[in-house]
Amino acid sequence: MSQNRREFLKKAGLGALAGLGAAAGLFPAFALEQTDMSNFTDKPVPGKVRWGMLIDTRKCLGNCTECIVRCHHDHNVPDFGKSKNEVKWIWKSGYENAFPTASTQFQNPEVLERQVLTLCNHCAEPPCTKACPTEATFKRWDGIVSIDYHRCIGCRFCMAACPYGSRSFNWLDPRPNIKELSTAYPTRMRGVVEKCNFCSERLVKNELPACVESCPEKALIFGDLNKPDSEIRKLLAANETMQRKPELGTLPSVFYII
Amino acid sequence: MIEKALKGGRGYWAWVAFLLVVIGIGVTAYARQMTIGLGVTGMGRDISWGVYIAQFTFLVGVAASAVMLVLPYYLHNQKAFSKIVIVGEFLAVSAALMCMLFILADMGRPDRVLNVLLYPSPHSMVFWDVMVLNGYLFLNLISGWAVLGAERKGVAPAPWVKALIYLSIPWAFSIHTVTAFLFAGLPGRHLWLTAVLAPRFLASAFAAGTAILILITFILKKVAKFDAGPEARLKLSVLASYAGLANLFFLGTEFFTAFYSNIPAHMHSLQYLFFGLEGHAPLVPWMWFSLITGIISVGVLLSPPLRRKNGALIAACIGLVVSIWIDKGMGLVFGGFVPTPLEAIVDYMPTATEISVTLGIWAIGLLVLTMLLKTAIAVKTQE
Repeated sequence: MSQNRREFLKKAGLGALAGLGAAAGLFPAFALEQTDMSNFTDKPVPGKVRWGMLIDTRKCLGNCTECIVRCHHDHNVPDFGKSKNEVKWIWKSGYENAFPTASTQFQNPEVLERQVLTLCNHCAEPPCTKACPTEATFKRWDGIVSIDYHRCIGCRFCMAACPYGSRSFNWLDPRPNIKELSTAYPTRMRGVVEKCNFCSERLVKNELPACVESCPEKALIFGDLNKPDSEIRKLLAANETMQRKPELGTLPSVFYII
Repeated sequence: MIEKALKGGRGYWAWVAFLLVVIGIGVTAYARQMTIGLGVTGMGRDISWGVYIAQFTFLVGVAASAVMLVLPYYLHNQKAFSKIVIVGEFLAVSAALMCMLFILADMGRPDRVLNVLLYPSPHSMVFWDVMVLNGYLFLNLISGWAVLGAERKGVAPAPWVKALIYLSIPWAFSIHTVTAFLFAGLPGRHLWLTAVLAPRFLASAFAAGTAILILITFILKKVAKFDAGPEARLKLSVLASYAGLANLFFLGTEFFTAFYSNIPAHMHSLQYLFFGLEGHAPLVPWMWFSLITGIISVGVLLSPPLRRKNGALIAACIGLVVSIWIDKGMGLVFGGFVPTPLEAIVDYMPTATEISVTLGIWAIGLLVLTMLLKTAIAVKTQE
């Protein structure tokens, strides 16, 4: 008797699950979040794709902040001004600040005065993910260093580990300091770390990162570093490029043409 | 046995009441931090650790220094320490407890602290630190308590206690080594990225921790009429002097490597701490005070006639503790963040809230230590 009952429950449960699954598949409106399934034709293979970015500092000039404004708006990055509580995903740094170990003696003054875009390098050997005690920050199958805001305990070890200063902590509640709420990406809570995510929420929809798309000078090139015939690889082969602090062995995925 | 901590004179209760008031202030400040966020502290995007992590680092050393009594007593049969081994063990318990509270106070989401156990990550040094610190706390609490209980009954401790005590000896070295590895494995933080950090942590721990133990024996002699004896103090002062000397030596090697190699990144943090960097020199007077006090204190402890004088011994021990507290409980952590990865020089100043929480945690540790020592002395003097 009890055996039959267990069998019945098992089958009923499976049936219900299958029904739900079919409903979600048949009627896309049933699914909690719509996903472009064409991006998932193949099962992700770790290490097959490595997203990277190439920044042409020759084109990125002046006081243009299109990419920063667009990124910070899209991702609901709060604005605390230039205070100690500042949160930022992408910003401009002086040449010598971005490349402190690069040669600066008798360097072209125009180069020394350049403002360089700085953001998370999505390192192939990230020190931050190693330091994280809960795997809240981790390297994805496509090379993106991501953060699970719901698992982060706010110990800020990743911030101490990052040699690029790419990570921000929510020292205060970020929500009241979001100027214009965006529906493109969730807001965060107080007490967790955040940073650039290479727009993984856009990549899944086959769109380029917001900063790349918004750049009026087309100074940002995004692509798969593991694909030898990709535009980014061709440009890397054809130009003299730099990574930030290559001596640390972190293998940044963000490159710069000087 | 703990009921013995509930029997005390007026001075005892006044001390307990004072600690409770400080704890109350600390809890209030922590409530403010929990309501508003860690933004109420002086920490920020650039100096992302402050007083909390610095106190944690210093106190891991204090906890580890119990081994300076346990090792000579249990492995080398140094009978002079028989009365105060328990003091070392209970000091370790309260210091380890404070360490954990400082980590909790520093966390953005303390409600998620169990994620460390839920998603164990052996590649993270924090995971190991949580393991060894908890293990060390319980090793010392259980073995200390068991030995004390046996003493009260006038019997020999159970055989398994010995095993725990022997285990606690390498464990003491492990807690401070892992704490050093929290810092020493981070690329791009040059003050910390040095192989000598773990040895230096151990040396400064055994110097400051042993000095604290000597000071506690003086306090117990005065307030509880419980004298560990001059022989025990003398032996401890010799240990503290050599540990202090080793610490100064390691600091010297840091200076040599940084300044002789002339590599800017290696020099910057030390320049910021001891000479000032690009006009920023908030810690310079502190660091020189620490260095000079440290040298004088070690000098006094090394001199046999001086260390036999109680006044000089007390002054040297206070000097050594203050010196190492400034060096490890301030300079090492704050200085490690300067300059920032983007070469900015940012100064850090703790806020009143942060200091209140810090004092509150110290008061909790002192209260636990007071009650544990009160129990231990009541058993030992058969009150």
